[in-house]
Amino acid sequence: MYISKRGWSFIKIIIFFLCLSPFLLLINDTIQDQLGANPIQALHFNLGDWALRFLCIGLALKPLKRLTKQSWPLRFRRMMGLFTFFYASSHFLVYIVLDLSLSWEEFVDEVPKSPYILVGLFTYLLLIALAITSTKAMQKRLGKRWVQLHKLVYVAGISAVIHYLWLVKSDIGEPLIYASIMFVLLGFRLQNYIKNRKAVAALVKQRSTT
Amino acid sequence: MLIKERTSILSSEITSEAIFLNRRKLIKAAAGISVAALLPASARAQVKKYAQVPVGPYSGALQPTDYEDVANYTNYYEFSTDKKSSTVLAKNLQTSPWSIAVEGEAEKIGVFNLEDILKNNPLEERIYRFRCVEAWAMVVPWIGFPLGTMLKQFKPTSKAKFVEFTTLYDPKVMIGQKTNVLAWPYVEGLRIDEAMNPLAFLATGMYDETLPNQNGAPLRLVVPWKYGFKSIKAIVKIRFTETMPATAWSKMGPSEYGFYANVNPEVAHPRWSQSRERILGASIFTPKRKTEMFNGYGEQVASLYKGMNLAKQY
Repeated sequence: MYISKRGWSFIKIIIFFLCLSPFLLLINDTIQDQLGANPIQALHFNLGDWALRFLCIGLALKPLKRLTKQSWPLRFRRMMGLFTFFYASSHFLVYIVLDLSLSWEEFVDEVPKSPYILVGLFTYLLLIALAITSTKAMQKRLGKRWVQLHKLVYVAGISAVIHYLWLVKSDIGEPLIYASIMFVLLGFRLQNYIKNRKAVAALVKQRSTT
Repeated sequence: MLIKERTSILSSEITSEAIFLNRRKLIKAAAGISVAALLPASARAQVKKYAQVPVGPYSGALQPTDYEDVANYTNYYEFSTDKKSSTVLAKNLQTSPWSIAVEGEAEKIGVFNLEDILKNNPLEERIYRFRCVEAWAMVVPWIGFPLGTMLKQFKPTSKAKFVEFTTLYDPKVMIGQKTNVLAWPYVEGLRIDEAMNPLAFLATGMYDETLPNQNGAPLRLVVPWKYGFKSIKAIVKIRFTETMPATAWSKMGPSEYGFYANVNPEVAHPRWSQSRERILGASIFTPKRKTEMFNGYGEQVASLYKGMNLAKQY
């Protein structure tokens, strides 16, 4: 099926608002006081969940391309990456502005005592680097190094899951679901990497013998 | 940017004790006596069950958290690890009739009906702070009776050094017990002198009503100077022991949850700070407040731990 350039723009706008809707719903719940007894935590956890979900969606696009043998999934990679960054930023800001009330004293008290927060901050730093270099101009400027740099999203995927696993008290059910999704998504890359290396090695061998 | 921290309770949270207690009594009297007497019997049923229960000691001038927040934010892993889901799931629990087995180092052991226990222990209200190990805090007006008074009725022997409490084990109703998030049944314990401290309380109601199932009906422990997980719910067994009981959370994570679990701002949980706490029901712009040693009950309980290293015996 052929979709025109205008058609894709239209689809992208719809997807954009779909991706934004969890955020708008959360804002609405906050204003309407529908977040329960601990609204800051509810907001904070929900935004973190969405950041992780968009990270998974973003990482699923390439395998999806392979499965469907269509190229359209790749059109949404930047948008999903930036939505991951958007939700991670909101998650981070809720922590700094609402949970810590912008208190530096609390930040230096809490963070060193919480290994999972350190892992979360590390993940966020990676996401900042990826978001800054997400533009087409940056892609051109960095050339080959852009591809290498953006492999950091795999590291972010792993550290985001560790961040979640490390904070729960005893029920690791939900973080384990994300861990398994991440395992499949990154396993797909690993499998490809091994396949490619084998193919290259075979090619090199073939050339050296002939 | 620094926002000034509050050392203790917000001034708006504080009402002078005399005014507060008086007001509560007046409200109680109005609801319980005058209104009830004037209204026809059908309307009288709406009067809160424990409206006339007197306010007991140690209740201070704390402003209780909203009922809805206390009733819909519970850690009751027997039903769910989700704080709101247990409100619905716990509705399936049958809390009457209820019996409690008393075992171990005491003269009067056996199985007792909760009704009989309640007959021997006049009810009072205690408005206590409640501090969860997850660093959130609330204030709950409990209805119940002092733990020590009841324990003495079973005549513990000199060998009774600890008291162990056990929650009901019924995976058909308590569906969370089908998972292995904790070792079931839930077990908690206190040193005998902690249990005899007049602050230690058994609750059968809150906010002048019968205790909601999700909050631990029909009988739960309330130990306000310790983290919430010590305050075991739906108690079916009380055992006097010579040795320290192995408690549910300390079995799950011995380095993270100790037997004593006293609220202590200086001793961090291995994965998070305990120096501040989030007040439930506050606006999203309210900063956390500083955690108080023994949750503010040092005057009553600090002497229990003289000579102990609380960083090691957490």
